[in-house]
Amino acid sequence: MNYQVNEKGYYGDFGGAYIPEMLYPNVEELRTTYLDIMNEPSFKKEFDQLLKDYVGRPSPLYFAKRLSEKHNTKVYLKREDLNHTGAHKVNNTIGQILVAKRLGKNRIIAETGAGQHGVATATVCALMGIKCIVYMGEIDIKRQAPNVARMKMLGAEVRPAKSGSKTLKDATNEAIRDWINNPVDTHYIIGSAIGPHPYPDMVTRFQSIISEEIKWQLKEKEGKENPDYVVACIGGGSNAAGTYYHFLDNPNVGIIAVEAAGKGVDSGESAATSQLGKEGIIHGCKTLLMQTPDGQITEPYSISAGLDYPGVGPLHSHLYKTKRAEFYSVTDDDAMAAGLELSQLEGIIPAIESSHALAIFNDKKFKPEDIVVISLSGRGDKDLDTYINYFKL
Amino acid sequence: MNRIHTTLEQDKKLLSIYFTAGYPSLNDTVKIIQDLEKNGVDMIEIGLPFSDPLADGPTIQESSTAALKNGMTTQLLFEQLKDIRKSVNIPLIIMGYFNPMMQYGIEAFCAKCQEIGIDGLIIPDLPVNEYHEHYQETFEKYGLINVFLITPQTSDERIRFIDDVSNGFIYMVSSASTTGAKSTFGNTQQQYFERIEALNLKNPQIVGFGISNNETFTQATKTAKGAIIGSAFIKHLTQHETSNINNFVKSIR
Repeated sequence: MNYQVNEKGYYGDFGGAYIPEMLYPNVEELRTTYLDIMNEPSFKKEFDQLLKDYVGRPSPLYFAKRLSEKHNTKVYLKREDLNHTGAHKVNNTIGQILVAKRLGKNRIIAETGAGQHGVATATVCALMGIKCIVYMGEIDIKRQAPNVARMKMLGAEVRPAKSGSKTLKDATNEAIRDWINNPVDTHYIIGSAIGPHPYPDMVTRFQSIISEEIKWQLKEKEGKENPDYVVACIGGGSNAAGTYYHFLDNPNVGIIAVEAAGKGVDSGESAATSQLGKEGIIHGCKTLLMQTPDGQITEPYSISAGLDYPGVGPLHSHLYKTKRAEFYSVTDDDAMAAGLELSQLEGIIPAIESSHALAIFNDKKFKPEDIVVISLSGRGDKDLDTYINYFKL
Repeated sequence: MNRIHTTLEQDKKLLSIYFTAGYPSLNDTVKIIQDLEKNGVDMIEIGLPFSDPLADGPTIQESSTAALKNGMTTQLLFEQLKDIRKSVNIPLIIMGYFNPMMQYGIEAFCAKCQEIGIDGLIIPDLPVNEYHEHYQETFEKYGLINVFLITPQTSDERIRFIDDVSNGFIYMVSSASTTGAKSTFGNTQQQYFERIEALNLKNPQIVGFGISNNETFTQATKTAKGAIIGSAFIKHLTQHETSNINNFVKSIR
């Protein structure tokens, strides 16, 4: 089984580029150049240098001793939460801003839900002195005021998406419309492993630094490169794609994906796309997505804004369909409990997205000798209000 | 012979009108189509509403949201149109995004279109290469003409490919924009119109996006075979509902 994107932009049955003709020149330019750009020695050098000196990589692979004792297995946490800006998102925005520069673009647009990708994009635009416009759902702007302020402080313009349900999917629509209206000078930095080919592959490659580091870090600590399992939460799926990437072809490494069940998979308020979705087209790719029988895209729900997306990246749809990955869904309550548990066992307050991955122990029993690497994709600072309200702190 | 071909052979500039099915009211579809034909419109694009119309500007977005809220579905649209050929003769094209058609089933969708007397489809997010590889055979089996878009940024080479795959007309997007964005055409558009004319394509071109009045209609049809009006007509429907369609059409040509 092949888990790489093919020359037509597909992972098995999923992917492609279902875009209006207006976007074709931009997406085609990217498609024909992204691999060459990423392979240029000067690009690699600049990318690696920024990841090291600016982002603070490598992020530690931390053996979580007390968490391991509690769950009777060996748990390592990949500390993406320690990156500059507080999550894995910046790995991709650093990569894409360098691509944009080489394509001669002088205007950047992005979509954001919780604001993490917006902040990561605003950050690299400030770093490079490039104009930045972030689309964010009107409802999310109200829910995520601190991140809106961060983006503004970094010099970005935050434009409210007022169409449809006024959340992440609508912010993505607005960003796509902006790109249609500005076809020459603008690069669109998509924040997840979604969108038309080559975005899912490009984002996955930039995030693959996560699994690249896990391999040599684990070798140092355990004397072997491959864990028994890698675990990550999935909204669109960029941290998961990066966490899995270098293990995809090794069947001895179990791949575990954790989606947000919200208030329960069958509650009507959920974001468990693999359970509730059907094949369809969203934001330029064929993938699993939540929709009505009539093909209208529905609004998902999760307590975690970063998992609140009605689709999932095409790589993950392929991993699901081919059964390469095990998919689990975790409710708001179980995720919040897992976040509290990590805080009190290890002194690390995780992002609520990452708390979903940490809740895997409720559903999956590991052997004592198993090595389980969990992607701690982000830190919980941005979620303090939600934690406060939930736990009445 | 497909009605689109017959209409394209007429010795005049064609006026084509787009509206969103189910807007302003759920059951306006048939009346709007009949009134447009009665008032001399040459071709109609019936918009199948979608929750996430990413090539559309605010006017068509809002009409789509309203239509869905009114209860419009693919099945209901087909139901509304089942007797349309008893009263309407001009070409009817369904314009919509690919996902609702996929969920209906592409073959079933095409079969239903043929049964009703739909002549063609415009699907902005189904690119020409995907169509050519996977769907062309099915569309043609049911006698449907699929219409592709080109824009000022489309290369000559790609326009030639689109011209090759097309068998009706080419939808020439007037400028780099979503629908409804422009009020007049400047030099850039004129140069683009002339560039396309000079390519001598086998398919005639019909200009859309940004056509809103007599001035833009005249400019666009100087070189092209016709023009499509969408957002401006939706605005008319928002203001007047289904009355005064005759005045709207008269104001264009």
